[in-house]
Amino acid sequence: MKIRVLAALVLGLACGSVAAQTARTAPDGLEPVQTILQENRLLIEQGSRTTIGPVIDALANSGLPQAQAVLQAWQAKDMWQRKSDGLFFAGQKADGSYTLTDFDSGETVGRADKNALDQIKPNSGIRALIGAALVQFQLSDPDPALRADAVATMARRADASMLAPLRASIPGETDPALLAQKKRLEALLTMAFDPDDAARVAAIDAAGSDLGLDLRATLNPLVATRRAVSAGAVPEGLNIARQLTPGTDALPRAEAWAMLVQAGLAAPLKTPHDRNAALEQHIEKGKVGGVPLVQLNSEAKRDQAYANLAAAGLVTGYVPAEEQARTLESHSFYDEYLEPSAPVTEAAQAALTRIALKVGANQALDLGLDALSLASIYFLAAIGLAITFGVMGVINMAHGEFIMMGAYTGYVVQQVVPGHTLSIIVAIPAAFAVTFMAGVALERLIIRHLYQRPLESLLATFGVSIVLQQLAKNIFGTQARPLTAPAWLDGAWVVNDVVSISFIRIAIFVLALLFLALFLFIMKRTRLGLETRAVTQNPRMAASMGINPARVNMLTFGLGSGIAGIAGVAIGLFAKVTSEMGGGYIVQSFMTVVVGGVGNIWGTLAGAVMIGFTQKGIEWFNPSNTLAAQTYMIVFIIIFIQFKPRGIIALKGRAAGD
Amino acid sequence: MQRSFFARNPSALVFISILAITVLLVTIFSDAFGVGPISTSFVKTLGKTLCLCLVALAMDLVWGYCGILSLGHFAFFGLGGYMIGMWLMYRRTHDIVVASMAESALPPTPQDITDAIANQIFGVVGSADFPLIWYFADSLFLQLALVVLVPGLLALVFGWLAFRSRVAGVYLSILTQAMTLALSLYLFQNDSGLRGNNGLSGLQNLPGLDQVPQSVVSVWFLWGSALALALGYLLAAWLVSGKFGSVMRGIRDNEARVRFLGYSVETFKLVVFTLTACIAGIAGALYYPQAGIVNPAEIAPIASVYLAVWVAIGGRGRLYGAVIGAAFVSLVSSWFTGGQAPDVPLGFYTIKWVDWWLIVLGLSFVLVTLFAPKGIGGLVDLWVHRKSPDRHGADLGPSAGALREQEASE
Amino acid sequence: MNFLRTTLAAPIALAAFSAPVWAADCPIKVGVLHSLSGTMAISETTLKDTVLMLVDKQNKAGGLLGCQIEPVVVDPASDWPLFAEKARELLSVQEVDVIFGGWTSVSRKSVLPVIEELNGLMFYPVQYEGEESSKNVFYTGAAPNQQAIPATDYFLDELGVEKFALLGTDYVYPRTTNNILESYLASKGVSENDIFVNYTPFGHSDWSKIVADVVALGADGKKVGVISTINGDANIGFYKELAAAGINADDIPVIAFSVGEEELSGLDTTNLVGHLAAWNYFMSSDTPENAEFVKDWHAFIGDEKRVTNDPMEATYIGFNMWANAVTAAESTEVDAVRAKMYGQEYPNLTGGTAVMNGNHHLSKPVLIGEIQEDGQFDIVSQTDVVAGDAWTDFLPASAVLKSDWMELGCGMYNTETETCVQIKSNY
Repeated sequence: MKIRVLAALVLGLACGSVAAQTARTAPDGLEPVQTILQENRLLIEQGSRTTIGPVIDALANSGLPQAQAVLQAWQAKDMWQRKSDGLFFAGQKADGSYTLTDFDSGETVGRADKNALDQIKPNSGIRALIGAALVQFQLSDPDPALRADAVATMARRADASMLAPLRASIPGETDPALLAQKKRLEALLTMAFDPDDAARVAAIDAAGSDLGLDLRATLNPLVATRRAVSAGAVPEGLNIARQLTPGTDALPRAEAWAMLVQAGLAAPLKTPHDRNAALEQHIEKGKVGGVPLVQLNSEAKRDQAYANLAAAGLVTGYVPAEEQARTLESHSFYDEYLEPSAPVTEAAQAALTRIALKVGANQALDLGLDALSLASIYFLAAIGLAITFGVMGVINMAHGEFIMMGAYTGYVVQQVVPGHTLSIIVAIPAAFAVTFMAGVALERLIIRHLYQRPLESLLATFGVSIVLQQLAKNIFGTQARPLTAPAWLDGAWVVNDVVSISFIRIAIFVLALLFLALFLFIMKRTRLGLETRAVTQNPRMAASMGINPARVNMLTFGLGSGIAGIAGVAIGLFAKVTSEMGGGYIVQSFMTVVVGGVGNIWGTLAGAVMIGFTQKGIEWFNPSNTLAAQTYMIVFIIIFIQFKPRGIIALKGRAAGD
Repeated sequence: MQRSFFARNPSALVFISILAITVLLVTIFSDAFGVGPISTSFVKTLGKTLCLCLVALAMDLVWGYCGILSLGHFAFFGLGGYMIGMWLMYRRTHDIVVASMAESALPPTPQDITDAIANQIFGVVGSADFPLIWYFADSLFLQLALVVLVPGLLALVFGWLAFRSRVAGVYLSILTQAMTLALSLYLFQNDSGLRGNNGLSGLQNLPGLDQVPQSVVSVWFLWGSALALALGYLLAAWLVSGKFGSVMRGIRDNEARVRFLGYSVETFKLVVFTLTACIAGIAGALYYPQAGIVNPAEIAPIASVYLAVWVAIGGRGRLYGAVIGAAFVSLVSSWFTGGQAPDVPLGFYTIKWVDWWLIVLGLSFVLVTLFAPKGIGGLVDLWVHRKSPDRHGADLGPSAGALREQEASE
Repeated sequence: MNFLRTTLAAPIALAAFSAPVWAADCPIKVGVLHSLSGTMAISETTLKDTVLMLVDKQNKAGGLLGCQIEPVVVDPASDWPLFAEKARELLSVQEVDVIFGGWTSVSRKSVLPVIEELNGLMFYPVQYEGEESSKNVFYTGAAPNQQAIPATDYFLDELGVEKFALLGTDYVYPRTTNNILESYLASKGVSENDIFVNYTPFGHSDWSKIVADVVALGADGKKVGVISTINGDANIGFYKELAAAGINADDIPVIAFSVGEEELSGLDTTNLVGHLAAWNYFMSSDTPENAEFVKDWHAFIGDEKRVTNDPMEATYIGFNMWANAVTAAESTEVDAVRAKMYGQEYPNLTGGTAVMNGNHHLSKPVLIGEIQEDGQFDIVSQTDVVAGDAWTDFLPASAVLKSDWMELGCGMYNTETETCVQIKSNY
């Protein structure tokens, strides 16, 4: 508090004369803040970051006690302009109209309808500038929220002027979290802006190999370079990063020449375009430089004609290759650090090298997490299929549509049940129930007639998938529907600035593990599982042991479909809910099951993991083209299946079938 | 003593006669050569339908006769289209570029011309260089050869790998589907050099034939497609009626037995797979100049599944079935999506066919699979009073997976 | 066999009957060529309804030239070759006087040869990549200089962005737009190393790595901004991942060219407040014209929750300009209408007046909006009127090209050699 008053006092002294002057010349007896605002009325209305700087400075440096409140209102889009007289007020919405407060007096001056007012809407760039101007007021504000704002603003964009107020505010900081942030910021600002080089180097060395993005964001600008050229040797006294030789990969000749041209040390070379234009100008009787026009359809002939013209003195600026090389040699090209202090750049460079290794390791870890997450999504999408296809051997092309049905069920539940948490808890069993019923219906009506004809069950279920997709379109429309995750699944688990993964992906991962356990439990520990395995291996024998194969098939298929439905809810939470969402998973799911090895849940798991990691691995090599990663992943799988047709984990013996 | 070809294949003669009569009638009634009640767009639709019939025929050979449910034949069809499309596009652009450059003062270098063509073709997709795969694009003859070679080679390599490792049945179907997906994703990339999602367009304008109106071109293509279909039908009929055909059906019904009889099952499958891929490529090369544009969406896995649907609805294992299926479904589809089908008011709800047509198609497909495995072709049986042997539901073979009687009826 | 013959003969007979024997002046037919099924139905169905609403309104106001307008709706089913087929059908069988349609670039490229061959007239209402000019198409959506360039300027000037991530779906619009932007940014002194480009497939859903890549760009200490040309429902996964990663619009702003009110209705926007979009129209625009349009739309569609968007405004302007041009020409004949289209003016829904230029593009203002919690946009910037430019000035090959159908009668005019490169458009 004390410091704030002190700071205001100092600033007030500095700018007092300006403020006093404006106050004196205030038109119509306006109060000081309103005066500043009115003087800059056009700029404020225009609202562009490029021109608003002086206005913010005028307010911030006015020394007026109200300046902070004005800037805060402006930043929060709470500043309104009355259309009738153009005066600015703080506006608060109440009962459909706005309560206007005068900035200078802080008194309520009345109410106005929205139509009588214009809202001043600073864009994000202006808000950032206002934030920067507010830092000096807010750093030691009693309100911790405002102090946090100031720290956040500085973390985003700091300049040298902030270092002193920041240091001044640290002793008085009471909030431990904010104190830590301020200390870190202080270290970063020291690296960047401290006038004493030794202090900067010390701060850089003290940072070690911290992974923080802000540290790298501070260090990298310190080692930023500028490419320059000079005649003769490299000038003394510059902080040179490296010298360059023209004609190498780092500096191709054409680029070097362009630098010479830019520095005014050489004339631009003639481009083929210039050459052609010159040739066109010198067409004489069907010939150019003695070469017949009809022959000028090759580069060599054109060059020859141009050289002829140059020899005849008809064109100027023709620089032969040898002369170009000589000119380039007589100049030196180098990258120069923008930061003049060599110890600082050395320390920064060393720190960055230290960090780079650690960042690389952490990026690999992050990629691994992504791959694991992708694998769990594929596994989740495929686990239902692992039951219907893997265990029962039924090709269900409508599997993707069951995923879609589950997601839409989630959407409908969310429309009816209030609260995102509750609605998800309801949606999961509901999705299971709906798709279980659908699966049972599909099995009873269609698939049971086709057990002996797997190829035809493929086609019939494809027909079903067309029907379901179109029905979803007719019922829900073609728009994507929102399926919103509960608030506690928002955000991400942040290990450090490199490694993080969203909670929703973690949830999907956990769900996938749960289903794995559930599947194993049902198949190995329950009567249904026993019967299912019996029926799959030998239906007649199973039937003669008193098992009802029809009932078992129906329940198993229903189970597989039901799990697809739950997968749909999970997938809808992190991606989209549309009628076509299932189509994106069907081929991948089948491949997951086939690659892993049909009839074995561990195989499906292995397949999903392999697909996930392969895809992420390819993305790593070619980060600018995700589509290529998907393509090559599929090609890889096709080739893989050729060499291991039974998948990663192949069944042996009688269970393997044929 | 061998009977004559047509005596062994009565359907071939009937089919070709019907095809000839249809083409003749369409020509007479077309805009270009006759009285003109048949619009050019309908002639194009018919021409395209004939190409679809040809690829369905190929599908029937590989699936209906050889038992390989390939979900990749539309990829071969699309590849054929791409191969001819490259020449069409290159040549048309070449003509435009040369014409516009003729006015410049200096005669253009070959490099200038190539650059300008590349800029025209790839400028819209943000590139200006010719990828290597366009190397032969200047030569009609070579590109025509590629129409057959590229799908054939892909099928040969893929088939060799797959059949060699004994991938069969539904696994093969899934694998072919994956191949189709990979190919379409590859073509979707701009970097593939075939203009990514945009594909090759403006294919209906034949280079050097600017003066010929589309109404005439469409009839030419109708003739070409009909001829290709007729030849394809004869080839297919010849194949399936001989010993080769018997082995194919043997493989379909019981692969292991045929293998034990000493036949190289893998070779037979590979030959059929590759041959049908080539036929599909030819069909595609005739189809896309009529459609005007070929792009990766054409190759999407679902297109190949639809191909199987046509054959199934038409009646697989009989050549005319495939043709009927493809023609019927694609023409009816075109009618329903054209907006000409009247809405059905039910009082509380109006059925708009645009929304409900796919549901009808999907359902009819399920019903055909369940209740009429012979498809539309089965109606021919009724007409010629052909009866199926009645075994009271007993299997035809020792394995439960072998065909049941309703499928073995021909 | 009888059956076979009837199968083949029935459609022929049908076509014979449906082909009109004589062409009447009344009713005036308007073709609607928007996908009602398939992947693009999500966007295009709305435009079909918009045209129907506009036709309905025009008919209630007495039609055109004393005739009623009859809409002919066909479904090209997001199948690009089908666009060409249906366009031919509309022009030669249904004999429509004008077509409103298309969304994707590839659908437009598919229709172009047909419409130029038959001298049809089409209004294309979606923002697109430019680099094209057809005598027979009026582009009422934004050209790159009416959307991408002002948006990038906003990033550079207003937000102070120094490092750019250009994320797009892998197809022609993002590819060309990003090409133009790379070259534009280079001209503004942004180094090649400060531009990160990524392309993803349609409907992509696995965004975590790409978002992490974007965050990692901040290691240089430069302000990072994302320019997104991600198409359609892939945006949903992208924005969800952004929100999960806690990326604040103040740290890394995202400006999107393909995300409007319609796309936002598919997700919860509370975590996206402050991210941006650039369009020529926002539903939140505060003008009486817009209020009436929104009211009409809600009444027509019977759903108060439906939003309006930029391509709808483009359709609205296009339709009304066409109606005025027909009135002025006193005919629906394509050449006459086209001659009257040049200089046609119609009030924007966002205030001001749109003008149709000789290059078949509109002059209209560019708006930039910040996403709000209710899924609407808060308009934070509105430029002066910008004339759409068919050939961008920022790519060397097209900088020399110019389109002027009114004076020069050429859509691809080389200003350097002063020749018309070609009369037909490039497709």
